[in-house]
Order: sequence, then structure tokens, then C-alpha cells
Amino acid sequence: MELKPSATIQRKPPATEEQLRYARLLRLLMRIGLIMLIVTYAIYMSGILTPRIPVQELSRYWSLPVHEYLSATGLKPGWSWVQFIGTGDYINFSGVVFLAAATIWCYAAIFPMFLRKKDYIYAAIAALEILVLVAAASGILQTGGH
Amino acid sequence: MLSSIRKLSSALTRLFHLGLLCASIFCCIFVCAVVSAAATDPAVPPSSEMPWWVWPLVLFVVTFFLGIVAVLGGVGGGVLYVPIVGGFLPFHLDFVRGAGLLVALAGALAAGPGLLRKGMADLRLALPVALIASTSAIAGALVGLALPTNVVQIALGISILGIVAIMMMAKKSEFPEVKDADALSTALRIHGVYHEVSTGHTVNWKVHRTPQGLVLFVLIGIMAGMFGLGAGWANVPVLNLLMGAPLKVSVSTSKFLLSITDASAAWIYINGGAVLPLMVVPSIVGIMLGSMVGVRILARTKPASIRLIVIGLLLFAGSRALLKGLGIWN
Repeated sequence: MELKPSATIQRKPPATEEQLRYARLLRLLMRIGLIMLIVTYAIYMSGILTPRIPVQELSRYWSLPVHEYLSATGLKPGWSWVQFIGTGDYINFSGVVFLAAATIWCYAAIFPMFLRKKDYIYAAIAALEILVLVAAASGILQTGGH
Repeated sequence: MLSSIRKLSSALTRLFHLGLLCASIFCCIFVCAVVSAAATDPAVPPSSEMPWWVWPLVLFVVTFFLGIVAVLGGVGGGVLYVPIVGGFLPFHLDFVRGAGLLVALAGALAAGPGLLRKGMADLRLALPVALIASTSAIAGALVGLALPTNVVQIALGISILGIVAIMMMAKKSEFPEVKDADALSTALRIHGVYHEVSTGHTVNWKVHRTPQGLVLFVLIGIMAGMFGLGAGWANVPVLNLLMGAPLKVSVSTSKFLLSITDASAAWIYINGGAVLPLMVVPSIVGIMLGSMVGVRILARTKPASIRLIVIGLLLFAGSRALLKGLGIWN
């Protein structure tokens, strides 16, 4: 019987059950998010939906600090963009937000697996991470501007 | 005859890749310089003379070449994106940092699943570190958006020059020796088995100095959030040299970590209004396509010389950020 050289031996990857579930979900969410990002950008650039801020005027604002940009365009920080989701520019936020939220769903998927295995330390770490990400996403943490 | 043709073909391919690389670097610097001159020349009012559609196109071209250079230089896209786009294009640093974080996030989300599935990134190592780094990144993002722009520019310039120093001095250890795991990593059961396919070696790894590593991740998180840089440049030395994880595990876990750290900081920029869709999508697509081309060229280039070019680019961009912040080179 001929032995294969060790470099070509295929071994089972040392990835845990949680790691594999996280990877599968992350891959799916990343693909959906990327498609959303490209499709919504195509809608924006094609002018199918009228943008809230016309693209020709945007160059007046993009060199301003963010708080000046917000006051000049009459926008509010936080989730206020949701009311403009039907406009050409703000529809892009659906893809951006989807990608930024992908990690929260992945953590939510592995949290019960740690509990089932009675790995309480990692269940607590996962729960805390979800809280941290949800707090960041909620918009309650904001600066006063500069 | 056949072997001569093969040799000639191989030489031509190498020449083509070398040419493409030189063109990338040249175009990157040229486009930045031209655009920067157009944006700052008092005879041309900033951004008003050029049609709006030029800018997403310029961003796409610049990030495409940055993607190539980043892969060849072994750095993340974010660390090149923020100082170069912030230093030479007319967008305000607030929007550049927001886009920089999303660029780094998209890259990490794309790479993460493969690294986890192959067992190269380690979830048990990443989760505690990510909790510390992502919490700090939120604090860094809040502080970064609250500080005056010139202060952030100066701090960014100093940080980029510091990164250059780390890149020049830091050594790497393929399989660091860890005699005894520390109490914290033992309690968290941070250890693993790593199989190096190229050599056939299987290594049982564990980590030490975990508390010190976690303290450093507080600083790394703050800097990642404040400057929108991504943080691979700091994650890898801490995981590999300080904590003793094997090099490939450190690189992979670091890449995966960015998907968590940058997500938390990105939310602060999204909710703060510092995300311009016009900038974000061409940047993400440009850097991803550039990275794909970079991976193809990687096998045929000398990493040491590319690394020197990346160091040169960062030195230039870091000096520009510092001088811009000090009001010397606007």
C-alpha cells in the first residue's frame, strides 16, 4: 500500500460546530449584503429613484465636517434616514446597514449553541457582544459634534 | 524548442505583472496628485468645476490600485485607504473614516467565512478579544467624531508614521514557543490544532500573556474606531508575538476580528451621518476587485520590495496627514 506524502493528506478541518455555523451564516449574509449594495447603487446612479440630495449638489457638502453637512442638508443623525428609504441616495443605506448588522445575527446564531454545551463563559461573551453591537446600532451612542 | 517557448512565455507573464504593478503604483500616485492639485488649486473652486460623476470614478480607480498594493504589501485596505483618500481627495476626513471602516468591514466579511471554515481563524481566540476591541472601537469612534478635524489629522499622521515603524521593526514568528498557557487562556480554553498543509506539520498551539494582550486590544480598538483604519497592522503582532499564536492563525483570526471590531465602529459613523453612499460603494467594489488582481500577481512578485513600496506610500501619506493637520501642507 502506497502512503501519501504528509503534505497532501486531507484532514478534517479543526473547526468547531459553532465556528462552522458562524461561517455559513456569515457567507450567506455577506453575499446578500454585497448584492444589495451594488443593486441599490445602480438605482442611485441610474436616477430611477430621485435622490433626496441631488448628486450634482453633493460636491458642495462632502468637504464639510459631518455636523455641518447634517445641518446644511437638514438631516438628523441616527435612524432618521429610514423615512427617506424610498429616495435614490438613502436606499443605499439598506445594503450598508445589512452588512453592518451581519455580525449581530451570527452571534445570535451561536449563542444557543454555547448554552446547549454548558459553555457559560462563551455564552456570556456572545451575549455581551450582541449587547455592545445592538447599543452601537441603536443610535443611542452619539457625539455632540466638533 | 517547446521549453524555450515556455520560458519566453513565463518571462513575458512576469514582465506583464511587473508592469501592471508599476502602473498601479504610478497611477495611484498620479491620480491622487492630479486630483489633489485640482481640488486645492485656488483657480479651480473645490469640486465645483469637475462633473460629479468624476469622483466616484476616481475613487474606484484609486481603490482598485490600493487593493492591488495592499495585497502585495501584506496590509489591509483600510490602513492605506484613510490616509491616501483623506490626504489627496476632496472628501472630509469624517466621511473618509466612515468609508474606510466599511471598506475594511466588507473585506473582513468576505474573508471571514473561508478562514473560519478551514479552521485557520479561531473563534475561541477571537471572541474575548473581539468583545474588548469592539467596545473600545465604539469609544474611539465617538471620540474621533467629537474631536476637531486638525487634531484627528495630526493624530492620524502620527499613528500612520508609528505603523510604518512597527512594519519596519516587528518580526514575525511562524510557530512561537509557548511553554505554559496562562490562567486566563486556560480558563477560556483558548488552544487549538493547526495543520500546515505546505509542510505537513501539525502544531498544538496555546497562548500566554492573555491579560496583557487584552489590555493592548483596548488601545487597538480605540485607534481603529477613531481613525477608521482597520487594525490588522496591530492585531497580528499582538496575537503572534505577544500572545504566541502561530502566525497563520494570528493573521486569519485578525482578519476575522475586523468583521466585529469595524462593525461596531461603523455603526457609530452610520448613525452619526458620516457615511456617503456615493463614496462607499465604488470604494468597496474597487478595493475588492483590486485585491483579486493582487492575489493573482502575488505569486510572481518579491514581497520584500513591495513591502518597501507600501512603507514608502504610508510614509508619504502619514507625513501628508500630519502636515495637513498642522496647517503646513493644505
